[in-house]
Amino acid sequence: MDILLPVIAALPFLGALLPGLMIRAGRATCASYTALSSGLAFLLLLICAPTVMQGEVLHFRLDWLPALGLNVTFMLDGLGLLFAGLIIGIGLLIILYARYYLSHDDPMGQFYTYLLLFQGAMVGIVLSDNILLLLVFWELTSLSSFLLIGYWTHLPEGRQGARMALTVTGLGGLAMIAGMLILGNIAGSYDISVILTQGEAIRDSEMYVPALLLILLGAFTKSAQFPFHFWLPHAMAAPTPVSAYLHSATMVKAGLFLMARLWPVLSGTPEWFYIVATTGLVTMIIGAVIALFKDDLKALLAFSTVSHLGLITMLLGFGTKMAAVAAVFHIINHATFKAALFMTAGIIDHEAHSRDIKRLGGLRRLMPVTFVIATVASLSMAGIPLLNGFLSKEMMLEEAVHTVWMGSYYMMPALATLGALFSVAYSFRYIVHVFLGPVRDDYPGHPHDPGFGMWAAPALLVVAVVAIGVAPFLAEPLVRTTAHAVIGGELPEFHLKIWHGVTPALFLSGTAVIGGAVLLAAHAPLMRGWLAAPRPEAKVMFDATARGATRLSGWLSDSMHNGSLTRFAAIFTITVVAAGLWAWGGAGIGAPERTMLPIRALPAVGWLVLIVSTGCLIAFHRNRLLALVLLAGVGLSVSMAFVYLSAPDLALTQISVEVVTIILLLLALNFLPKTTPIESSTMRRLRDAALAIVGGVAVSALTYAILIRDFAFDSISAFHLANSYKGGGGHNVVNVILVDFRGFDTYGEITVLGIAALVIFALTDTVLRGPGGRWLVRWGAGTDEAGDRHPLMMVVATRVMMPIALLVGVYIFLRGHNEPGGGFIAGLVVAIALLMQYMASGFAWAEARQRTPYHALIAAGVLIASLTGVGAWLAGRPFLTSDYGYITLPPLEKFEWATAMGFDLGVFLTVVGAVMLALNSLSSMARRRGETINIYPMDINPERPDSPPPPPTGPGGEKET
Amino acid sequence: MNHWIIVPVVLPAILASVMVLSMRNELTLQRIFSVTGALAVLGITIGLGMQAASGQIQVYELGNWPAPFGIVLVLDRLSALMAILTAFLAVAVLLYAMGTGWDTRGKHFHPLMHFQLMGIFGAFLTGDAFNLFVFFEVLLIASYGLMIHAGGTMRLRAGLQYVVYNLLGSTLFLFALGTLYGVTGTLNMADLAVRIGEIPADEAGLVRVGAILLLLVFSIKAALLPLHFWLPETYARAPAPVAALFAIMTKVGAYAIIRVFTLIFGPDLSATASLIGPVVNVAALLTLTVGMIGILGAQNLGRLAAFAAIASMGTLLIAVAGFTPEATSAALYYTMHSTLGGALLFMTVDLVREYRGAWAGSLLPGPRMAHHGMIATLFFGAAIATAGLPPLSGFVGKLIVLDALRDAPQAALIWAVVLGTSLIAVLGFAQAGSTVFWKPAPVGAPAPEPQEGTTAPSGLPQASTHPAPALAFSVVFGLLFAVAGLAALAGPVTGYLAQTSAQLFAPDAYITAVMAAR
Repeated sequence: MDILLPVIAALPFLGALLPGLMIRAGRATCASYTALSSGLAFLLLLICAPTVMQGEVLHFRLDWLPALGLNVTFMLDGLGLLFAGLIIGIGLLIILYARYYLSHDDPMGQFYTYLLLFQGAMVGIVLSDNILLLLVFWELTSLSSFLLIGYWTHLPEGRQGARMALTVTGLGGLAMIAGMLILGNIAGSYDISVILTQGEAIRDSEMYVPALLLILLGAFTKSAQFPFHFWLPHAMAAPTPVSAYLHSATMVKAGLFLMARLWPVLSGTPEWFYIVATTGLVTMIIGAVIALFKDDLKALLAFSTVSHLGLITMLLGFGTKMAAVAAVFHIINHATFKAALFMTAGIIDHEAHSRDIKRLGGLRRLMPVTFVIATVASLSMAGIPLLNGFLSKEMMLEEAVHTVWMGSYYMMPALATLGALFSVAYSFRYIVHVFLGPVRDDYPGHPHDPGFGMWAAPALLVVAVVAIGVAPFLAEPLVRTTAHAVIGGELPEFHLKIWHGVTPALFLSGTAVIGGAVLLAAHAPLMRGWLAAPRPEAKVMFDATARGATRLSGWLSDSMHNGSLTRFAAIFTITVVAAGLWAWGGAGIGAPERTMLPIRALPAVGWLVLIVSTGCLIAFHRNRLLALVLLAGVGLSVSMAFVYLSAPDLALTQISVEVVTIILLLLALNFLPKTTPIESSTMRRLRDAALAIVGGVAVSALTYAILIRDFAFDSISAFHLANSYKGGGGHNVVNVILVDFRGFDTYGEITVLGIAALVIFALTDTVLRGPGGRWLVRWGAGTDEAGDRHPLMMVVATRVMMPIALLVGVYIFLRGHNEPGGGFIAGLVVAIALLMQYMASGFAWAEARQRTPYHALIAAGVLIASLTGVGAWLAGRPFLTSDYGYITLPPLEKFEWATAMGFDLGVFLTVVGAVMLALNSLSSMARRRGETINIYPMDINPERPDSPPPPPTGPGGEKET
Repeated sequence: MNHWIIVPVVLPAILASVMVLSMRNELTLQRIFSVTGALAVLGITIGLGMQAASGQIQVYELGNWPAPFGIVLVLDRLSALMAILTAFLAVAVLLYAMGTGWDTRGKHFHPLMHFQLMGIFGAFLTGDAFNLFVFFEVLLIASYGLMIHAGGTMRLRAGLQYVVYNLLGSTLFLFALGTLYGVTGTLNMADLAVRIGEIPADEAGLVRVGAILLLLVFSIKAALLPLHFWLPETYARAPAPVAALFAIMTKVGAYAIIRVFTLIFGPDLSATASLIGPVVNVAALLTLTVGMIGILGAQNLGRLAAFAAIASMGTLLIAVAGFTPEATSAALYYTMHSTLGGALLFMTVDLVREYRGAWAGSLLPGPRMAHHGMIATLFFGAAIATAGLPPLSGFVGKLIVLDALRDAPQAALIWAVVLGTSLIAVLGFAQAGSTVFWKPAPVGAPAPEPQEGTTAPSGLPQASTHPAPALAFSVVFGLLFAVAGLAALAGPVTGYLAQTSAQLFAPDAYITAVMAAR
């Protein structure tokens, strides 16, 4: 039978899939399939019931996350049985009721899906034997309730109510996560059955109070206890079936369930008593008072629900066994009469088209059936004898009489009676102001009793109300089983019966009924006083808080992330320098190990050039052309430094990179303003200057600290020097490192280069197709350009240099493995040679003479490098393992070959392709701007008869066509 | 010789090259190759995961040079896990891009995607600090290309910030590596671990600076406050499939932090022990807070999703900062959740933007869109995952993180921040969702100005003409199921992760495997 537990819990979830589909077959079919899954679950529960009623507890266990202690463990004892029965049973009635309540415009499939999701979550809560699993279901009820409250999405009240409910119950749920984690830690397990055995340890723990507070926060928010009660009335924007189901019969009782579930463990301490009982008492009174002054039927019922939840909370808070029995009994009774009342409110709204008490009255004759149902339920709510509400209210008053609150014997009974008194008043009002009185002729609709389908469900509930009220022994077994589960020990001696003799409770009960009637008689003047009195409006406060929080967040977030790159960079610099200083401050380093070198003339000059260029660059950076020239100066000085420090490879690379970048940047300048405008204030620039200096000093200091000391251990480069020829087959260690020792790095870096070129191309393509392209067209070709774009001298010179440069490229490539050079430098040299042709004769002219597409060059480069690497697999070696040997090709001398050359070829091709593709992108921008395409290698050629005369110089010159 | 380790790096590079070489203008061919390749890589990474599951650490010596002189790739449980996650995400992203037609809106989408994958796989698999830098470059430049895919002024602007900020990070990376090399004379991570473990007290200052600089570099990638500034605009403006893929990019930073600060500067290293954990902890708490505040304050869905990404990195790094096996295991679970959940959120937001016409991602009530119900369901799911509510993996992840940090020095503060910010997120998502999906537009309200930079520029295929909505929706629902599945399978997954972090906190096996591979 244990295996039925997960099935019962899963059925509503599985069933939730049905309505969305079955709605296609019609509303009746949809409703019946929804009822099917619930009905099945109810049936299974009934099968389990006899066993549980005999005092057995069913268990089911499936490991989910054992490391954490979160497992799918279910337990069915008396408490679970009662709640599961209420949830599924009333759920069935609600499904029936909603079938007739929902209009044709409402998406019924969605409604039933949400409803079943909720039902599953709720059943999960009450069956869970693991508090973490319970949390899962707990939050699921909040989520499904969000969907159900907001079901009528077009109603602002629905949306706002849904958000409010989610926020408040979500707050509690999150607090409960912490509470449960603490509780489980104290108990050594998250399983409820284990926790229930650890009561003493938990109450004695120093973490008891935090855990209690956090868990109660969850329970109080869910069960709408003061001061978190305000969400519940606003949740009434939901369709009435939802209000009846979630917000009176089931979900709001989840908090009570939790307090009852953990009652043996948490209760019995002064903290528990004062927090829980007081909160319950306050909630009961406040709820009852407000309910009396609500004109909206559902608001009245909502606050009355708040009040009754407070009552039950208070009983649980008393901490005595008999109070717990009374709490259990009232849970049953409240569920029956309140669900019935909500349904009658829904019927009235549905038929009379209004829920406003001021517009109703006299419905007794028009809606006799509804009148009977509502009256019986209301009287039960008021606590009139022979109805079930009377019985549990008597028990509550009896317990209150025996409770000492803050040393006072009278406080508790007096206040409890006050709450009961208001409860009687609003219950009577529901009857008197709605049904009694003369029939009016200004109802918004035509009130009449609904069809049987709609009143069947409340009628059934009212039958239960009367049955328990007249024959309380019927409910006694259920109450006993449940109370046994709550108390977790011996039950006190009690019998449920109508007549207890003349007790203080009977006296208090009578006082409440009479007082309530008097209060109702004086309702009109009281109402005026109520309306005139200032009252805190929870919704206004909540909305203001939420709106304020949203605005504040928006402001904080937007002003922090305002999109200013300079500010981001400033924060970056400050962070890095501060963190570095802080890290440094904790330790420091030892004394310098290296002696300072003397300053020699040549490097000093180089240093000076570098410093002056940099300084000038800062001074003149607004003139972009000049800035580029100075930048080139910086680059050249660095190259010279490399030469001086005997690093020819680095020097060659640096120089060729300089040339290529400067040329490309020069071309890019064409599309940029000539000068950089001043965009920031002086203060801002001073700040930036200070930051730059700080950053520069920090970097220098770090470099200095590294340079004054030797390696703490032998560096790995000794190995590279020793093995360059032996293992890599090359005398040029730098090249062997690049293509062999660390060829994989190079492989990555050429890919970076290739990607960069592809990105430039893709970017240009997109920009030219978008607004950027249109802007270029409008801008038109420059008017202040040189008349002779492709000068004869330059064309001739570059033609002559071309083969030489290519030869140099090949030479550098081939010698690379043993002498300074290599594929990267060779690629740059060849690219420069090609670049010059393009500059001399224009892009289109040159491109027409170039057969391999640049994309292909890049791709082929990466591909060749990859395949060279993969080739090593054939020899059973890892990627990029090189091999070398010697061959003699007559008539040449013996020369060396190495697989690394294949890799280097890949590098070479990628470099050439990347540079040329970047150039291609720039030129396509130029063409878009309207630059003409020349078909001849040079504009002015004396040999050509149609060669145009030299155009007049100056800005007024005619444009070429 | 087992070459499988390197295939996830080399295969995407070869595929990308082949696509550029032979099918530049053939989108259909590119799609076939791209998806097939990604599936193949997924299969291979799963195979690698099975190899790593045994606990054996595999070392691949590139160029057949022994460590520490050459570069090595290292496969352990962590790198295998990250690789599988990446490959899985890549397949989803590629299919989504095809389903929505995003790959038609600019040049070279598929090759760039594969280059990007190459970079990510390389970063996860390499055992060399400088090689890590190289792969950071690869994934940075490729991601820049992807980020500005399809263009648009706002997107290009955001892209510029992205690339400039990350280049600052790259520069810093070089400084950090230079510092560490200057002290230890090595770059191999295992060798660094050995040498720094024996570092004389005289060098502690430089080691500490090197360590903190590395932390900052990785923090940029991981969007840790106050180095996260590049993220909001970038993620909000990036094309959706790219933003979804970026869900793994921040994880590269988190991965590097976990790797470097368990292996090289482990929690037992006296020189840096007091340095790293507290810094990450404070910064991560701030990150989480700022992220969640950003969710609540966001004016449009793109920024909302971007701040959600920041927030999830906050939670993840709070766990990382614990530097205990339990906390790391929790961080890894959260990594998986945050990757899948982040992608889910970005794709969902994209569906909203694409189907909502001029309203796009703005938090203004608009008309009902096509597929309203399905998109709303996805948003609800994505919001639940992101805010960390049950039954999806965000909730499980949050529980594990809280549980793992129970004994941390500032446990109460951490718990309060993690749970408190969740509430902010719940409110933020509830407001955004109810406005976008529930609130009807006021009658006669004019459509807002089209938001440039969120959808395709004019003249290119627009959203309403989705070539294959069924494919796009299947992918997004698939991710939703993945997030649910991650929660359902939390038991076995955390089992693997516990072994993973146990391996991380016993780095001797890693060091021995690398240094004595032959």
